[in-house]
Amino acid sequence: MAEEVKSPAPPPPPEGEKKPAAEQRAAAASAAPAKPAAPAKPSGPVPVPWTSPLVEKYRSQYGSGLDAQTYLGQNYLSVDRSLIPDILRLLRDEEQFDYCVDITAVHYPKREKQFDVLWILYSFPRNERVRVKTQIADGASLPSSVSIWPTANWLEREVYDMFGITFDGHPDLKRILLPDGWKGHPLRKDYGILQQDKEWVQINLGIESGQ
Amino acid sequence: MSAGTNDSTNDVSNRALSNLDLETPEKPYLDSNELIINMGPQHPATHGVLRVILKLDGEKVLGTECVIGYLHRGVEKIAENRTYTMFNPYVDRMDYVAAVSNGLGYCEAVEKLMNVEAPARAKYIRVILTELNRIASHQLWLGTHALDIGAMTPLFYTFRDREEILKIFEKYCGARLTTHAFRIGGCQYETYAGFEKDVKNFLTFFAPKIDEYEALLTTNRIWMERTKNVGVISGADCIALGVTGPVLRASGVQWDLRKAQPYAAYSEFDFEIPTGTNGDTYDRYLVRMAEMRQSLRIVEQAVNGIPEGPIMGKVPKVIKPPVGEIYHSIEAPKGELGYFIVSDGSTQPYRLRVRPPSFVNLQALDIMVRGLLVADVVAVIGTLDIVLGEVDR
Repeated sequence: MAEEVKSPAPPPPPEGEKKPAAEQRAAAASAAPAKPAAPAKPSGPVPVPWTSPLVEKYRSQYGSGLDAQTYLGQNYLSVDRSLIPDILRLLRDEEQFDYCVDITAVHYPKREKQFDVLWILYSFPRNERVRVKTQIADGASLPSSVSIWPTANWLEREVYDMFGITFDGHPDLKRILLPDGWKGHPLRKDYGILQQDKEWVQINLGIESGQ
Repeated sequence: MSAGTNDSTNDVSNRALSNLDLETPEKPYLDSNELIINMGPQHPATHGVLRVILKLDGEKVLGTECVIGYLHRGVEKIAENRTYTMFNPYVDRMDYVAAVSNGLGYCEAVEKLMNVEAPARAKYIRVILTELNRIASHQLWLGTHALDIGAMTPLFYTFRDREEILKIFEKYCGARLTTHAFRIGGCQYETYAGFEKDVKNFLTFFAPKIDEYEALLTTNRIWMERTKNVGVISGADCIALGVTGPVLRASGVQWDLRKAQPYAAYSEFDFEIPTGTNGDTYDRYLVRMAEMRQSLRIVEQAVNGIPEGPIMGKVPKVIKPPVGEIYHSIEAPKGELGYFIVSDGSTQPYRLRVRPPSFVNLQALDIMVRGLLVADVVAVIGTLDIVLGEVDR
């Protein structure tokens, strides 16, 4: 990656020798304001606009539907849901992002568009990564990218299994890690960590509870 | 047929005609219909609880479908309900034969998110242990893979020698398999007295052992018959299917994250990326054998150049990364192991996604085994080097 974004304060140089624990603690306390990632410090590293020929090209083409940023040296594109099949295909065909590393989602239940769906892409010729992000509402679907990268098959099935997001045009969209008859999508934030499909457990395992 | 026509002279020809209409013989001794059979989930050659549904024509494989999830523990959900520190030991339970790599990837991802860096000495210790673990993982792969194909001796040889690595792990952190060797910000433990000597002893002990394994297999007629031109996959197919690690390299793509996007201290060491040409099971075997030799080279350089200094970076007691997200990946023994972490500024990850190499690589099984025999499916599952704990998470 070209530009590495550091927090305002550079990390302190490594100490020459190991100090006794008490002394170290005292030193840490006195040096607290200068720490690179102090817990409560609001001014952590912030995303900065990502400028590159790639971004310029697509921004002129798609305008406001596309936002490009860099955070901690990692580039990502936030794109409108409507651009999704096109931008992914262009990234592969024109920009040589030939390897789809991962597809995943993040659930924000309080937001109107509850889900962030992400494609993590890598280009072998450019040795570069980019993340493509889009927001969709609960119940909305996305076009499948299996025809762009065959590896998307299982990755999309896992997103469907864990979040209940459907992908139109997927050749065989069904659960992958959980059993077929399971109810609920566990990685949603409203699915409790102890929650389970009790009915499924009782019918299929013949036990009262899986806990 | 009415009774009247039975007496007619046309009777024989009529019956003959009706017989021609029958499509199957009366006693189908040899049925060439397609057969669906189930391999696993309890099957010694599926390396854990993997169920493969095979569509067969006789013994020829027409297609496969993997049914996975038997070991699903919801690791990503657990992560959202644990603090960053508490989740650290859980990652060891994914690819449990390469727990050190899992821990390295996780700790580096969180460090990146917090914008801190482990000190140089910690990085060297990490490299030594991770490369030893890569050797241990490849040893376990070789032993079980050879056993699947019918060669029993390599299993005893590799397990005998793997023990030496596990002893070093045990002396270093008390655990042999799920080591939890690293902490966010560095390493918790300083190396024990005699660590460097143990590692150097292992280097001289193990180098001739690789030759020993190769003497058993590399020119073994049966081994070659069972692995050459079996499970062929091209480099382009690997990339399209997201296959990484030794499988990708055996197909001729010289790509290794340790070189492509160096992490820890890998940019400081001199090593090569072994590749194959045919993308078959035999080439994948040769690539992994060569990788063990390269790992020895890395360990040797690291243990000779291990710097003095602190082993923990400046990290607060309570790990609380700023709001943001990060993707960090490392070259695990099986391929690209990635962590995508979203932080909301609290002590627990808002979302933690693991990009498991075994899961993605397993997807290639179908195109690799089509047209082969059932016995070759066993060889291909072995050569993919999957760990079901990581596939299912």
